[in-house]
Amino acid sequence: MRPDRYGDVDMSGELSGQVAIVTGGASGIGAASATLLAAAGAAVVVADLNAAKDGIGRFVRHDVTAEESWQALLADVLEREGRLDIMINNAGISGGAGSVESTDVETWQRVQAVNAEGVFLGCKYAIQGMKRTGPDKSTSKGSIVNISSVAGLQAGAGSIAYTASKGAVRLLSKSVALYCAEQKYDIRCNSVHPGGVDTPIFDLLWQFMGRDQGKAMIDKRHPIGRMAEPSEIGEVVLWLASDRSSFVTGAEIAADGGITTGLMRRQPFVAS
Amino acid sequence: MSRLEGKVVLISGGASGIGAATARLVAREGGKAVLADRDEAKGRALADELGDGALFTALDVADETSWTKAVAATVETFGGLHGLLNAAGVGVRNSIEDCSLAEFRRVNDINGLGTFLGCKAAIPAMKQAGGGSIVNISSVLGLRGASYAMAYCASKGAVRLLTKHVALHCAQMKYNIRCNSVHPGYIDTPMIAPRLDQSIGNMSGRQSLEELHPLGRLGRAEEVAHMILFLLSDESSFSTGSEFVCDGGLTA
Repeated sequence: MRPDRYGDVDMSGELSGQVAIVTGGASGIGAASATLLAAAGAAVVVADLNAAKDGIGRFVRHDVTAEESWQALLADVLEREGRLDIMINNAGISGGAGSVESTDVETWQRVQAVNAEGVFLGCKYAIQGMKRTGPDKSTSKGSIVNISSVAGLQAGAGSIAYTASKGAVRLLSKSVALYCAEQKYDIRCNSVHPGGVDTPIFDLLWQFMGRDQGKAMIDKRHPIGRMAEPSEIGEVVLWLASDRSSFVTGAEIAADGGITTGLMRRQPFVAS
Repeated sequence: MSRLEGKVVLISGGASGIGAATARLVAREGGKAVLADRDEAKGRALADELGDGALFTALDVADETSWTKAVAATVETFGGLHGLLNAAGVGVRNSIEDCSLAEFRRVNDINGLGTFLGCKAAIPAMKQAGGGSIVNISSVLGLRGASYAMAYCASKGAVRLLTKHVALHCAQMKYNIRCNSVHPGYIDTPMIAPRLDQSIGNMSGRQSLEELHPLGRLGRAEEVAHMILFLLSDESSFSTGSEFVCDGGLTA
């Protein structure tokens, strides 16, 4: 876990009194985000299909594709925690390695349901929750963070269904940001575009080519030469969730080790 | 005028708007245009007008079987497939708060799934033909957000990215098939007709849309069709996976 000091700034308690929901919060980027949000003082609700062992925060069983599940989750959080300030739409699936030729309609629909419809519903219910004011929350202020991917910025990092779903998240986030601004809700919405992060989303690949070899291959795709740890993306999420990013809305924040940045010199050829 | 001589182009949404304008250009440039659309009456009328160079076939873009039939009819009639324009789409106004899950899915099925299925159905026939060019209509709202078009933005963002996937996949497989997205601004077509009736303050609906574009007017379907013609033809042979913007300066 990161220290609760940020350089000279004490982050502990920065989010105290605030309530955050993290979908897919039981593992990977979600778990790291939940940990950092909790360290900054937020009450964290982890919404996931399965609970993590020794997971942080309060666990609520949740299926992001089911609207009833969203209604129940929001009602539960508003009753127990009493308010909603931060929504991290992180749950996602890779959908395997399907190309345009090999992907069937069922796989396409499944990936869209989790990655795109799940984020759409997450934003919709987040706004409902954030708008509700009470004795300890006088305005509809809030921050929505949607986890897209480098695959939402460029292709070549996943299946066609995955890249399409992450492109959808990238653009719907902007629509949400502008709508909330227009309505003067004081709710911000941004997308995060991680590169390769060492999380269970790579389990299939690890099974396929072995963890060490697979990781070496993914490491090499990043200009900085390695995959990210989940906490490195969690830091970006924490920043977007907090008031430190108060002028940032509708933005695409890449945290990708330089993948989408441009071209690098090729390694010089060394004759043996 | 033979920039598409010998090329057969399948056009979803070919009965109206950008699809119809492209069909006219394809026919004019010596190619064959297959108008694939839900609107049989309009599609047949245009195919009749274009004569031997055109064919109508019924198409529901969200149905994979329907695509298989459309491609088969194309190959059967004209002997091959070299170009695909995914122009069918719906423009729907909704916000994050008022869009239902059913509506979100409907828009994404037509615009997103429909474009994916078009690419998937066309690739085997294009491989047979030795190569081809796929053009997917995204939108300026696949590049920028709009507060009033949440589901549409999501679907056009999906088209923008899936286009790049198709481009890279076909390059890697050495299929000689290119794939690019086109991002029109507000074009004077049936899709935006509902917007033209909605006046805003003392501005007419048309004026409010015109004002969005630095060029001060709506685009014409033919203007987008000329960009598509370039992409369908061999003139664009080094362009793939790219975003071609035709928006009167809107995103500038």
